Amino acid sequence: MSQVTSASPDQFVHRSRRGAELFLLILALGVGAGAYAAVGLGIQGEVPPDMIGYTGWLAVLMIAAHVAIRMTAQYADPILLPVVAALNGLGLAVIHRLDLANNSNFARQQLIWMTLGVVLFIVTITLLRDHRVLQRYTYTSGLLAIGLLLLPMMPIIGNEVRGARIWINVAGFSFQPGEIAKLLLVITFAGYLVLHRDALALAGRRLLFVDLPRGRDLGPILGMWLVSLGILVFQRDLGSSLMFFGMFLVLLYVATERPGWLVVGGALFVAGAFLGYQAFSHVRNRFDIWLSPFDYVDRTPGSGQLVESMFGMAWGGLIGRGFGEGQPWRIPFAESDFIMGAIGEELGLTGVMAVILLFAIIVERGLRTALVCRDGFGKLVATGLATIVALQVFVVVGGVTTLIPLTGLTTPFLSYGGSSLVANWVLVGLLLRISDQARRPLPGVEEPYGTYDSGADEATQVVKVVKP
Amino acid sequence: MSELTLFLLRCGYLAILWIFVLAAVSVVRADMFGTRVPATAKTKSGPKGKAPKQPPPRRRGAPTHVIVVQGVNAGARAELDGRPILIGRGNDAAIRLDDDYVSTRHARIAQSGDQWFVEDLGSTNGTYVGTARISQPTTLTLGAQVRIGKTILELRK
Repeated sequence: MSQVTSASPDQFVHRSRRGAELFLLILALGVGAGAYAAVGLGIQGEVPPDMIGYTGWLAVLMIAAHVAIRMTAQYADPILLPVVAALNGLGLAVIHRLDLANNSNFARQQLIWMTLGVVLFIVTITLLRDHRVLQRYTYTSGLLAIGLLLLPMMPIIGNEVRGARIWINVAGFSFQPGEIAKLLLVITFAGYLVLHRDALALAGRRLLFVDLPRGRDLGPILGMWLVSLGILVFQRDLGSSLMFFGMFLVLLYVATERPGWLVVGGALFVAGAFLGYQAFSHVRNRFDIWLSPFDYVDRTPGSGQLVESMFGMAWGGLIGRGFGEGQPWRIPFAESDFIMGAIGEELGLTGVMAVILLFAIIVERGLRTALVCRDGFGKLVATGLATIVALQVFVVVGGVTTLIPLTGLTTPFLSYGGSSLVANWVLVGLLLRISDQARRPLPGVEEPYGTYDSGADEATQVVKVVKP
Repeated sequence: MSELTLFLLRCGYLAILWIFVLAAVSVVRADMFGTRVPATAKTKSGPKGKAPKQPPPRRRGAPTHVIVVQGVNAGARAELDGRPILIGRGNDAAIRLDDDYVSTRHARIAQSGDQWFVEDLGSTNGTYVGTARISQPTTLTLGAQVRIGKTILELRK
């Protein structure tokens, strides 16, 4: 019965770990600059002449972000920034490699967008000192998000590219407002669910081992379903529609801890997918291509892109052709939707696995932030942001590898695409801010006395309590 | 450029990529397991970093010390100077009791404003004020008896 009383009130205190972040950032710079050098060596047979300038610029961006974190978010997660920087650097090099083959100029633009992204990242963590402020803007950001989603439908600024009406043209720049809307929607859902989760979680009846929600609580999920269907119908954007609905569903599940919502949401998703399949030729087309990609190679709209990417990945094999040795330019739009195909061809399965692991680390750090976060709103926002990255990567990589039907979404941080890159840098800024709040030691709760003295932990005898 | 150089280049870049991934994973791992320690780090830097706080001016009639009134260590005392007092069998305790029924870190007496509280630190046998076992920090008045194991302590003027 004797036991050692070592129940010390020793709490879990996180360290700042900025040194580890700096170390990883240097390695990340090696990933980005190494890829650039390898592309130059593979294609032109020499290290690119602007190697020092390019590496220097990447280093300046990373050091600026690192210093900003040191100054404003001392306890933020040490792994997110280096992983994001490495992915972005790798993406830049792959886009540059495609540029050299296609005589295009995407890499330079992407570098400009990356600079803007880092600037906005620094602005985010500098201006937003406490993420709980965002909870005040629950409904404002919801309205703003809906406005942004409607913008591409407007007559003059709206712009249709390759069948999807998700771009706007303002002053010569084209932009996808949906990318910003996804961040705003996370804030809206988190703010809404943190207030209403009890009503959504507690009421309901039990049917076949699953707690189903009440009919009157179905309002928000039906609303979100209609919004997603609206994106699918009017903007013909399968990927975004899937991402918004999936993210809402995950947040609903996390907030209420009730699998019943997943059942309801899954049923709604199947119904929506079936309706889409019946009603829209582009959805049916995607679905048919997924089932038998090789039958549609020569048709328009056909599966040429997908088939080229599959051939490329098969040719790449385990360790890839090497930068400059493959033919990834054969894939149309390899720099945006199909960048995973290009990576699979030139870096092989080994490279693709590394990239997917890096995305997994980002998601893990996001969910970890949600776990250690102390307030419900922060937990839900971190979960939502991590879910966005996870869903986006799953949808894109699954589509490219024909695990699921192909939907047009950008690969976060890798693909060419300014709005996506900038929005994802802001996303990382938000995650770092929440993780800083979550990992910072509580003020005032300090251990007033010394270490636990392990030399004296002899067994304490237990008093035999005589029950009267 | 020869085949071999290109092959080495290819493998070299993949190695860089994986070194980065593994380094990131090892930082994740260190972050998971290395976070429970800073109690040591804090006490090391604590006395140097913080100037010792002056005890607040004492009111008349306030308790000045804790004394053991019954038990093996009867007569042992500790001055109340604003800092929390740890009671237990461990070497770091302000009042060290050689009582087999006392835990290594058994209870703590701390000041808040003008009042003194006793708090159980998850001991095996519990802390009693008078006859009631306490489950949360409890106010101590002058002369109230705190029983810890077979020892009884009191606040005295």
